Amino acid sequence: MRLLTVIALDGLAYASWLFLVSAGLTFTYGVLRVLNLAHGNLYALGAYLGATLVLRYAAGGSTVALGYGLLLLGAVVIGIVAGPLIERLFLRRVYDKDEEVQLLLTFSISLILEDVVKLTWGVSPIFADAPYTALGRVSLGGINYAWYPFLLTAIALAVGALLWLVVTRTRLGKVLQAVITDREVSLTLGINVPRVYTWAFTVGAVLAALGGAYTAPMFSLVPGVGAEVLVTSFAVIAIGGLGSIGGAALGALIVGMARSAAVYLFPELDLFAIYFMMALVLLFRPQGLFGEIEMRRI
Amino acid sequence: MSPRIRAAAVPGTLVLLAALPFVLSGWVLFLLTVAGAKALAVLGVVLLLRGKLLTFGHALYYAAGAYAAGMAVKYLNVREALVLLALALLAGALLSALLGLLVARYRAVYFALLNLAFSMVLYGILLKFYSVTGGTDGLGIAEPTLAGWRLGGESLRLAMYELTLILVALLVYLAHRFAVSPVGYALRAIRDNEVRIEYVGASVWHTVYVSYVIAGALAGVAGALIGISVGHITPDLAFWSQSGEFVFVAILGGTGSVLAPVVGSILFEFVRNYAFELSPYTWQMTLGVVLLLIIFFLPGGVWSLTHLALRRSTR
Amino acid sequence: MVRYPNVIASLIAVFGFCGLAAAARAAPVAGAPAELKIGVVAFLSGPASGPFGIPSRNAAQLWIDKINSEGGIGGVKVVPVFTDEAGPADKVVTEFRRLALDEKVSAVMGYISSANCLAVPPVADELKVLTVLSDCGTDRVFEEGKHPYVFRTHAHTVIDGVGAARYVLSVNPKVKTIAGINQDYAWGRDSWEVFQRSIRKLKPDVQVVDALWPKIFAGEYSTEISKLLVNKPDVVFTSFWGGDLVTFSGQAKARGLLEETTVVVNNTGADIKDLAPGMLIGSRGPHGIVSPDMEKNPLRKQFIDLYRQKHGLAANNYIAHGAYHYLQALQGLRTAYEKAIKAAGRWPTPEQVAAAFKRLEFDTPSGRIAMAIGDGHQAVEPAGYAVIKFDPGLGVNTFADIRMFSARCVNPPDGVKSLDWIDRGFPGAQCP
Repeated sequence: MRLLTVIALDGLAYASWLFLVSAGLTFTYGVLRVLNLAHGNLYALGAYLGATLVLRYAAGGSTVALGYGLLLLGAVVIGIVAGPLIERLFLRRVYDKDEEVQLLLTFSISLILEDVVKLTWGVSPIFADAPYTALGRVSLGGINYAWYPFLLTAIALAVGALLWLVVTRTRLGKVLQAVITDREVSLTLGINVPRVYTWAFTVGAVLAALGGAYTAPMFSLVPGVGAEVLVTSFAVIAIGGLGSIGGAALGALIVGMARSAAVYLFPELDLFAIYFMMALVLLFRPQGLFGEIEMRRI
Repeated sequence: MSPRIRAAAVPGTLVLLAALPFVLSGWVLFLLTVAGAKALAVLGVVLLLRGKLLTFGHALYYAAGAYAAGMAVKYLNVREALVLLALALLAGALLSALLGLLVARYRAVYFALLNLAFSMVLYGILLKFYSVTGGTDGLGIAEPTLAGWRLGGESLRLAMYELTLILVALLVYLAHRFAVSPVGYALRAIRDNEVRIEYVGASVWHTVYVSYVIAGALAGVAGALIGISVGHITPDLAFWSQSGEFVFVAILGGTGSVLAPVVGSILFEFVRNYAFELSPYTWQMTLGVVLLLIIFFLPGGVWSLTHLALRRSTR
Repeated sequence: MVRYPNVIASLIAVFGFCGLAAAARAAPVAGAPAELKIGVVAFLSGPASGPFGIPSRNAAQLWIDKINSEGGIGGVKVVPVFTDEAGPADKVVTEFRRLALDEKVSAVMGYISSANCLAVPPVADELKVLTVLSDCGTDRVFEEGKHPYVFRTHAHTVIDGVGAARYVLSVNPKVKTIAGINQDYAWGRDSWEVFQRSIRKLKPDVQVVDALWPKIFAGEYSTEISKLLVNKPDVVFTSFWGGDLVTFSGQAKARGLLEETTVVVNNTGADIKDLAPGMLIGSRGPHGIVSPDMEKNPLRKQFIDLYRQKHGLAANNYIAHGAYHYLQALQGLRTAYEKAIKAAGRWPTPEQVAAAFKRLEFDTPSGRIAMAIGDGHQAVEPAGYAVIKFDPGLGVNTFADIRMFSARCVNPPDGVKSLDWIDRGFPGAQCP
């Protein structure tokens, strides 16, 4: 019983993180129908900028509280700079091209950003753990937990709720849904589709950077963090169904719990947990758990 | 170009290439061997791309071929390169025939992702079975014999170059035959419209499946060639970045011709080696910019340049 | 616009320097080449570049400059050709062939990844290129094969595991339960195997309660730490390095793991300023850890001064172990060349240098190194272990409770395979 509780707690903490880092990827795909392979690099940029801001302005003492805001700031800055830039300069030119061309485009942007991070921040590990340690810890059932991962749970819930509210309860959400359902008809209805795309991609970029920024206090940042995260979030949203926010949440929970259970019960299988779940779900439900089956055109 | 020149061009080029060892330095020869071997895996990716099937996991079959050869050397004491190559071809074909049953149903992003997942599972397996596979330290492949001849050092390099050349020529030719076969045409038609193909009575599933197995077998041969030439194999062969490299080279070369992967692969190996030299720190950025330029300005890949040149010369 | 005074000043500086160097340089022996080209391979990109590759390259560069300012090797100037180790084995081997056949280097030194240290030696033998492996861990290189042209001037990773076991027992003789958390790849497996076999041999009632295998570069260890907190082993052993080690250390400290158990790390794969005080740590040899013997070593002092001038140093004088290892390779090559020149009376062939290298002893910033095992191709080193401690005076972490286990204590004798040696109860080991 105690074991189950511990597995669930750790699984929840991990799932929150997974949702936070993959929400942007699935949102972008949902609106633009482009799988953004540079997602991991936006994550890395957010993480590096967030960590730098924290190290410079909120490294300790009374300024620590400032750190949580700085992380948000870092993420927003990266998102609103990189998002429109990538969408307007590059993505816009390939919406009418084949899917593999779009994938390759984002792949090449990812290669470039990988080195941008390296050139800007170097290769030594950067670790800004003040926001993580400052929250202290709590003892649950005799085991110490850090508070910070539960802060991530709260942020993940907030992000999820906000996205859901915007999409289902606002005029903006209606516009989004119209564009997702039928691009051409939306155009004829007078919706400025290109602008919606720019906005949607920017939101996705902010979310990616947000995931990175709030991860930074937990992880030491090294070259290549983006690539790791990309493959992980792929798996999460593929399980949930590409483009579905609810799916990403469910996918994150499944993967989080699976990994947590693997660590406790079969530590040798840790490495496989995520890919195994992905292959399993895709085999039985190719479109993912919440994914929609696309019409085949004739 | 007149048909006669064209007919003479193929054997002429082959003889020329076969004679290259007399003029080229050892490492260029080795680079060409590596590029030629990888071109076979890329050829498989290109065949699939013609049917709009993008895979981010083709390194799965590449690694399967390499490890089939490596394990046969280590545990069955097989020393004959031709046997190793046959085993690798079988490994690639059988594994893709098995997994193809599952993935041939999928398209687009899901096809790409499912392949990725399977390749990462193989990567995990190679890493896990440490006592058998050597884990990330990998397996050494001892110097083999070729058609009964014992080889080592210089003679092995030379033999591997010529063997790779012959295999590339042969398999590229077979791939060409496949491309112009009914299944090959059906594959290309899938790109335009799947449903229509079924209306004319061809099976989309069958077409995708056959192409997938062929691509798997090609990657298997590529893996064994690399393993024997390099002399050491590691699970990195199955890692997603290797699959990404294959896709990169496929686009670099272009999908317009079965020869394009060979050109792309050779170009890539040289560019990468010199990019590493010139800017070891930013070589990924170099690759990224090159890829961007190709997407926007040369959508047919490097191969489309030769096409343009040919058209001009025949005019 | 060209500023003439600057140009003139630098011309004067350059000529002045050349003049000095020429004066110091002995006349080269017969058959000497114009320059001695050495390939230097290290990770310049990827996660291993920060903790290992870049410091190693920096150290190699400044030490080569020093050797040249002292007249080079046998009167010949040393010219390094740096290349990146990143990439799969086929790329690394292609690169080695390029160094040998295209750049025509006389020797290659480097390699941090164990996989590369296994892939390169057969090629080195084939091309007859003298090769000095410089920072990789695996004990398989000379235990599974003979490589006449290959040498390794640092100890293999067995010293790290045996040292960890002996140090843990000296700090806490009552250890009953141990657990491991290691990256799921070959070096993680090797490290854990050596440590757990050693400690159970030294104290047979020790029990392994857990072995965790997170993915390398996973970055997230909350679940693993929870499980360790549940199991509460007396000792947790890890072979993490780089960002993974820093992350694990931070998360373990924040959650009180260090208060509940003793955590021992078998390598300084990250700057100790980033690690939690209280952890036990080994330095893969006598590097970084300052012992009374080491403080007297003039080469070490020289290296630290040079490194501080060029790249800056924290108050604890910490330099990555990879940097020390690369200097061992350079000092080994230099000494072997000088010995071979003396023996041959002219510029030596690679075979003559290899013969001189065998069972060589030479001085380095890490003390005197002996090529004592692996039929004279493999160096032994003592194992240094310590506790990380925050020094308020220096304002940075430093080492406390330092212990050196002599080379004879932690290395198997020549011709004995490491794991056999451990399982048979360390026959021939001489420990204080």
